[in-house]
Amino acid sequence: MKKVRLATAWLDGCSGCHMSLLDLDEALLEIAKRVDVVYGPLVDAQEFPKGVDVALVEGAVSSQDDLEKIRTIRQRSKVVVALGDCAVTGNVPAMRNSIAPRKLLERIYVDGALENRGIPTEGVPSLLRRAIPVHEVVKVDLDVPGCPPPPKAIAFVLAELCEGRIPVLGAKVKFG
Amino acid sequence: MQKITIDPVTRIEGHAKIDLYLDQNGDVADTHFHVTQIRGFEKFVEGRPYYEMPSLTARICGICPVSHLLASAKACDAIMAVTVPPAAVKLRELAHCAQFVQSHALNFFHLSAPDLLLGFDSDPARRNVFGLMEEHPEMARAGIALRKFGQEVIEALAGERVHPSWIVPGGVNAPLTAAARDRILAGLPQARATAERTLEFFKGVLDRFAEEIAHFGTEPTMHAGMVDEAGGAQWYEGRLKFKDAEGQAAAAEMRAADYELFVGEACLRDSYLKAPYFKPLGYPAGIYRVGPLARLNVADGMGTPRADSELAEFRQRAGNPAHSSFHYHYARLIETVHALEKMERLLADALALNPHVRAHAEVNCLEGVGMIEAPRGVLIHHYKVDEQGAIRWVNLIVATGHNNLALNRSIAQVARHFVHGAEVREGMLNRVSAVVRAYDPCLSCSTHADGRPALELRIIGPDGGVRTIR
Repeated sequence: MKKVRLATAWLDGCSGCHMSLLDLDEALLEIAKRVDVVYGPLVDAQEFPKGVDVALVEGAVSSQDDLEKIRTIRQRSKVVVALGDCAVTGNVPAMRNSIAPRKLLERIYVDGALENRGIPTEGVPSLLRRAIPVHEVVKVDLDVPGCPPPPKAIAFVLAELCEGRIPVLGAKVKFG
Repeated sequence: MQKITIDPVTRIEGHAKIDLYLDQNGDVADTHFHVTQIRGFEKFVEGRPYYEMPSLTARICGICPVSHLLASAKACDAIMAVTVPPAAVKLRELAHCAQFVQSHALNFFHLSAPDLLLGFDSDPARRNVFGLMEEHPEMARAGIALRKFGQEVIEALAGERVHPSWIVPGGVNAPLTAAARDRILAGLPQARATAERTLEFFKGVLDRFAEEIAHFGTEPTMHAGMVDEAGGAQWYEGRLKFKDAEGQAAAAEMRAADYELFVGEACLRDSYLKAPYFKPLGYPAGIYRVGPLARLNVADGMGTPRADSELAEFRQRAGNPAHSSFHYHYARLIETVHALEKMERLLADALALNPHVRAHAEVNCLEGVGMIEAPRGVLIHHYKVDEQGAIRWVNLIVATGHNNLALNRSIAQVARHFVHGAEVREGMLNRVSAVVRAYDPCLSCSTHADGRPALELRIIGPDGGVRTIR
């Protein structure tokens, strides 16, 4: 059987959803037989590859880098899954949205430092005005809420997607 | 002119990028480490009730949420001016030890072992935990089992594995049941055996990495770690001890509330990660390291038998103080053994089942500082509130920040030794990433301003020409 090409991505999040994926524990050994992880924080691929079957996306879209990345992910993936509350709604990253990015950065790099005060500008991406959920930028095929989603729900999602079905999650997940 | 890009640097907890500047001979002249995310927690929490802070700041990091929960809860304890019941201290420490086990296991097995077992120069498409499952299934299983044990202990105490809401201002919100204690005790012997076997394995292969040990960040620096009154390692409640590069005490031991006298923060133009420095020496002379290596260097002992004997052997093999940042791996495995020994000790105390686990109070101080040792190093939460308990001002200094200056220098050292422009191979660049892995930086923590660290490596030649190698 052909292995499912799986990518995982981490935008503006805390990695808790990736930890919940690792919390599948020994079941990971079984999943590894059915999927080929071609991109993500756990593997060494430098570029998001073409022809991805399933992309699990953690985190909100918050910086120029995130924006470019999620567009590439959408173009190169058959199924895009918004994994966790930050990807689904913006959640905690979106708590900054009432504050102008400049004010936020000044608080940290001007008021919050003693030496070399100033907002970093070299080699770092600019912040978007607001941190936004993935669906505001690209089409999302499946929302998996939770902070983080429970490992069992992630296992169910992967099993269904491996069978070529979009899972019906129902009461298996909740926000928060 | 050449530019080499590694984007993203992989198998690290977050995103960052590195620029390497080459001189005309193709040798590395300069390097820049960019952390590319900022989230703004310190600003957007203003106005929130202080008692929300543990749950909110847990979301800084899904890898070590218990660290933020503890540092935050301790800052809140200070605002309430309460003494946390002794049983709750034990349970907080138990969760903390469990987190060390799961977090250290994640770094060693899931992120770093592919380099150490499959090889720094091995096929990058297989050089990951899934490749490990095929080539060294027993090692992959050990890593999964050890991480799982740590997470299960957190779940047994707190009801959930990631972002548990059980650690609260004043203590914890539920006592430990006898059934949960017995479940943990039943799993401990196997977890200890796995950790000790892994440490023995690592010591057995250490000699294979002589070149990495000699060049992975060996510049002597100060080290900082928390100790108890007797000078032993302490992760939950203690004073921060700074030792100089020769291993002598550099200052009086620091109380949490006095951190601003000892630690300053500098901005770097090319990174969202600020660079703390030891204030008495100023910036950038006040460079220091934190985390497993630093904690072993500053402590007089670990306080548990197996870890103490391992520490003595560590000092013989790695030096005292140990300077090579490659030895973060070694120190991390010793700490994993210690965490499991400590859990046994905590559970043997009858106090662990005591039902009095939470003190209640209103705001009694307008300011509080919480300090703990997170798996990656000392973590400080500092809050100011108004009379109603609304947050007015927050400062967070996280483990990876303390290591920012040292990490930059280690990257430069590794790049200069291993990378040469005439013939750049992937394995050379992987070593630059690998020294970052050795520090186990948590860039989601360190950029509690915004979400995503992407490590990207570029090499730029003197004429402005750029080469990208993927």
